[in-house]
Amino acid sequence: MSDYNFAYLDEQTKRMIRRAILKALAVPGYQVPFASREMPMPYGWGTGGVQVSAACLVPEDRLKVIDQGADDTTNAVSIRRFFERTAGVATTGRTRDATLIQTRHRIPEEPLTRDQILVYQVPIPEPLRFLEPRETETRKMHSLEEYGLVHVKLYEDIARHGQIATSYAYPVKVEGRYVMDPSPIPKFDNPKLESAAVQLFGAGREQRIYALPPHCKVVSLDFEDHPFVPSKADHACDLCGSDTSYLDEVIVDDAGGRMFVCSDTDYCEGRREAGHLGRLAASGPSAPGQEDAA
Amino acid sequence: MTGGFADPSIQSAWGFRAAMMAMARPGDILKVSGAQAPAGVSVAASVLLLVLCDPETPVWLAPSHHSVALGRWIAFHTGAPVVDRRGDAVFALGAWDSLLPLTDFRIGTAEYPDRSATLIVEMETLRGQGAVLTGPGISEAAGLNLPEVAAFRANRALFPLGCDFFFTSRDRLAALPRSTVVTAPAEVI
Repeated sequence: MSDYNFAYLDEQTKRMIRRAILKALAVPGYQVPFASREMPMPYGWGTGGVQVSAACLVPEDRLKVIDQGADDTTNAVSIRRFFERTAGVATTGRTRDATLIQTRHRIPEEPLTRDQILVYQVPIPEPLRFLEPRETETRKMHSLEEYGLVHVKLYEDIARHGQIATSYAYPVKVEGRYVMDPSPIPKFDNPKLESAAVQLFGAGREQRIYALPPHCKVVSLDFEDHPFVPSKADHACDLCGSDTSYLDEVIVDDAGGRMFVCSDTDYCEGRREAGHLGRLAASGPSAPGQEDAA
Repeated sequence: MTGGFADPSIQSAWGFRAAMMAMARPGDILKVSGAQAPAGVSVAASVLLLVLCDPETPVWLAPSHHSVALGRWIAFHTGAPVVDRRGDAVFALGAWDSLLPLTDFRIGTAEYPDRSATLIVEMETLRGQGAVLTGPGISEAAGLNLPEVAAFRANRALFPLGCDFFFTSRDRLAALPRSTVVTAPAEVI
């Protein structure tokens, strides 16, 4: 531990954030304004998620941080270290061992349990922002439940591309009331928003907190003749062979070679440890760059 | 002035985690510890006051809990102003009958439904039976010995506006957000 207050933020700030979280849970999907603080990291690096995590952490927590599904990328490593230093909490890479998971743009493949908390880093919390730039207007639209514009956007997708082309940050309706931006998770993850865990969303630059209580009804917007499809790359993971997980496409040489690997690194490692092998994993787990692209 | 947290940072974190899980899972009864306000206030209600109140949150004390000693304790430990009108309160504390009528509390506005009062209702006991709760945070149905049903149904009808509730007894607390649908036990067959 260090000379920082527990979990970095001062108590007054944590109380303000905690009150916002309680109201967010009471009105699922509604964006509660909060007085976001400057954090020792730039906007866009998860300042909202970090503040929500700081307000929720207890010393007994085991923290996992993922960035696009990976535990070992810069953003995840730096946030994990931040809380190791300022809150003294234990950290882990394993989804099932974690009590609080902060995430950037993915939901873990393994179903979460009732004792887990998932904290999302959110860049633009307002699902109507790119359709209507004025905050005064979008606030009024939410209050009047005036969401026709979102359907127009999805309809224009179909008119232009023959299908709904929105592939991430896919808008959802929560408990039949508020339309919510689930943060830029791939739409593949949208069905996992109905979870046993508590889900909290923090947008630092935009100063908003919102939440989904466990078992909350979350419906991805669609049309009867163009139903919502949680799509993924049509391959199996080249390392663990999973054909149900969300995949990243990795270019492995300069001759067009490529491989598909699970975006959730913990899920992929767990499967390989259990003996599942993918197309390129015959030599056992090793760094993707060292594999031969068949 | 005794009865505050010995280690505010850590004990507030524990207290909030319990309060948050209670609000996320209506009907769940959780245990808290570490605070004791004077004048017959429960441990759980004392913890909630310390975790959530500060100079930005006016508190209204119902007649059942209105005392000089408690007012001083709140002022010393939280700095929250104790107000005379229900309509000025962000938090309210009291026994159920003493908190009524609910209609005078803030319920938020259409554009800012979060600007509503949170009521801390002191109870004799908390049990996971009685009124039937369904809605966000509840997988099928939960039970809680609510003091009545009609007031909470009327509050639910205001959604997304409305008050939110904590129920406290000794060192236990439970919560009922405005989103929960409350049914009397006899109606469920």
